[in-house]
Amino acid sequence: MNNNLLRGELVRLTAENPEVMAANFTRWNQDTGWLRFLDTQPPLMPSEKKWKEWLEKDMERASLDNFFFAIRTTESDTLIGFIGLFDLFMQHGDTLVAIALGERQYWGKGYGTDAMRIMLRYAFSELNLRRAGLIVFDYNPRAIRSYEKAGFVHEGRIREVIHRDGKRYDFLYMGILREEWLANGNMTS
Amino acid sequence: MSIDTQLFEGKLIRLAPIDHEKDPEVESRWTHDLTLSRALSRKPAMPQSVVQIKKKYEAIEKEVEEAKNIFHFTIRSKEDGRLLGYIRIEGIEWNHGTGSLKLAIGDPAERGKGFGSEALQCMLQFAFNELNLHRMSAVVGEDTPGALRFFVKHGFVEEVRRRKALLRDGQVWDSIHLGILQREWLDLSKERVDHE
Amino acid sequence: MLCGRLVRLTAQEPKELAEAVARWNADSEWWRLLSTEPSNLFSAKKIAEWFEKDQEKEPPPGYFFCMRSLEDDHLIGFIGLDGDIYAHGEAFVGIGIGERDFWSKGYGTDAMQVILRYAFCELNLRRVALTTFEYNPRAVRSYEKAGFMHEGRAREYLWREGRHWDLIFMGILREEWSARDTG
Repeated sequence: MNNNLLRGELVRLTAENPEVMAANFTRWNQDTGWLRFLDTQPPLMPSEKKWKEWLEKDMERASLDNFFFAIRTTESDTLIGFIGLFDLFMQHGDTLVAIALGERQYWGKGYGTDAMRIMLRYAFSELNLRRAGLIVFDYNPRAIRSYEKAGFVHEGRIREVIHRDGKRYDFLYMGILREEWLANGNMTS
Repeated sequence: MSIDTQLFEGKLIRLAPIDHEKDPEVESRWTHDLTLSRALSRKPAMPQSVVQIKKKYEAIEKEVEEAKNIFHFTIRSKEDGRLLGYIRIEGIEWNHGTGSLKLAIGDPAERGKGFGSEALQCMLQFAFNELNLHRMSAVVGEDTPGALRFFVKHGFVEEVRRRKALLRDGQVWDSIHLGILQREWLDLSKERVDHE
Repeated sequence: MLCGRLVRLTAQEPKELAEAVARWNADSEWWRLLSTEPSNLFSAKKIAEWFEKDQEKEPPPGYFFCMRSLEDDHLIGFIGLDGDIYAHGEAFVGIGIGERDFWSKGYGTDAMQVILRYAFCELNLRRVALTTFEYNPRAVRSYEKAGFMHEGRAREYLWREGRHWDLIFMGILREEWSARDTG
């Protein structure tokens, strides 16, 4: 039995108080380059107060269709981003995953891939889901490589959904099935 | 220009969210300058208390969240984070790709330093490259010639004069509408980059 | 005061007007001549709710009337004044004739003359303004006949049927209206 379910080599997943996440989101949201990798919505820049309201409301909802965590480094306990499962359909055993590292100095160093491995382990061995999927934008090659490393397989693209800076870009859909995840040598028991 | 770009950062200023703790007091002070209130609205100029501004900020955030046709940002100094003013795009009609711009630098001592110009260029980049709008409008009163000069300097074209639409201090003034099209701004931006 | 040669202006009964508007809205050409909002279909119930809510507001958001033909009291459209009216004495006028049979027969121009009289003599306004669309030349002619002057165009404001159209601004000052009325 793995007692360090939410711990990896570089990071661990944690639960945080709304005011902690609100402060981080407000700061990260100033980085519009980061936002545009993550989100299709035009940046709104809600105040810290507004973020705290939303996060508190989310806390109260306590549903079975989403699980969100903060990502902290094991070395210095620095909060560097968030990761979570959403649109989770229990009866189908299917979920979507989203990850974002707000602290740029941790990009391209394996922190995201490590967090994703922990998340998939949680999804397949704790929640016993059958598959996990994600959407990534075709102007984000760094993320695409990270997901391929974590075992995600390309499943298709929705063409020209995003319109930014005068150009059009696709949504890429990727997914990983439980059997593929097991075959990658992931469950020890 | 790439996707990974800071849409809200200038050299002197940045666009930022509302600070519900610090900002109301500052903005309440500005509203006691009726000249500024008149430049920003046709409604009768009226100073606002800190409590009123606090409520106004909450209403703004609610509206931004729900109406989905408004964006409101504060303008802050990069040097020390102090509130300089605000800038907003309102009245967005998504099906037509149009929006209307409003901008204020609250303290007269902070004007003429390039803060407004930077904020405006950030906002136009946001409007044309993030929101993909086709045109942006602005409305100024003939009784604030500085505002008219400001927009014209940045490429806005005078399009409409509502004659004698404003009555202030017993005098009538025109209400002036200006507009800039996406392609016009893109051409101007290219020129600006070429000269840098 | 509210009677012209062809029409009279009456108060809006929310239910009655809502039913008519719901019917007229189905004609998307009519909607697109009138409004910048995307053509849409709302139930009469929803439209009536909006009218009722507006009528409850204090102070009223504007002065809105139904247009009825003098001949047989038929409800043919609506007309109204709104905007931040008081400090500057300017209102924007909006008119819509839902019944196509009454287009291009002078009913709109007549209603416009009635409302201008109301604006200048009852509300004591200094000017009345309006916006109209480049693709609606019939309306532009009607407003010119009623005395409105061209004041400019917001270029390429509208985007419909794959192309851009200007938004036309027109206005009439009190002194211009007085000169016409007495002349």
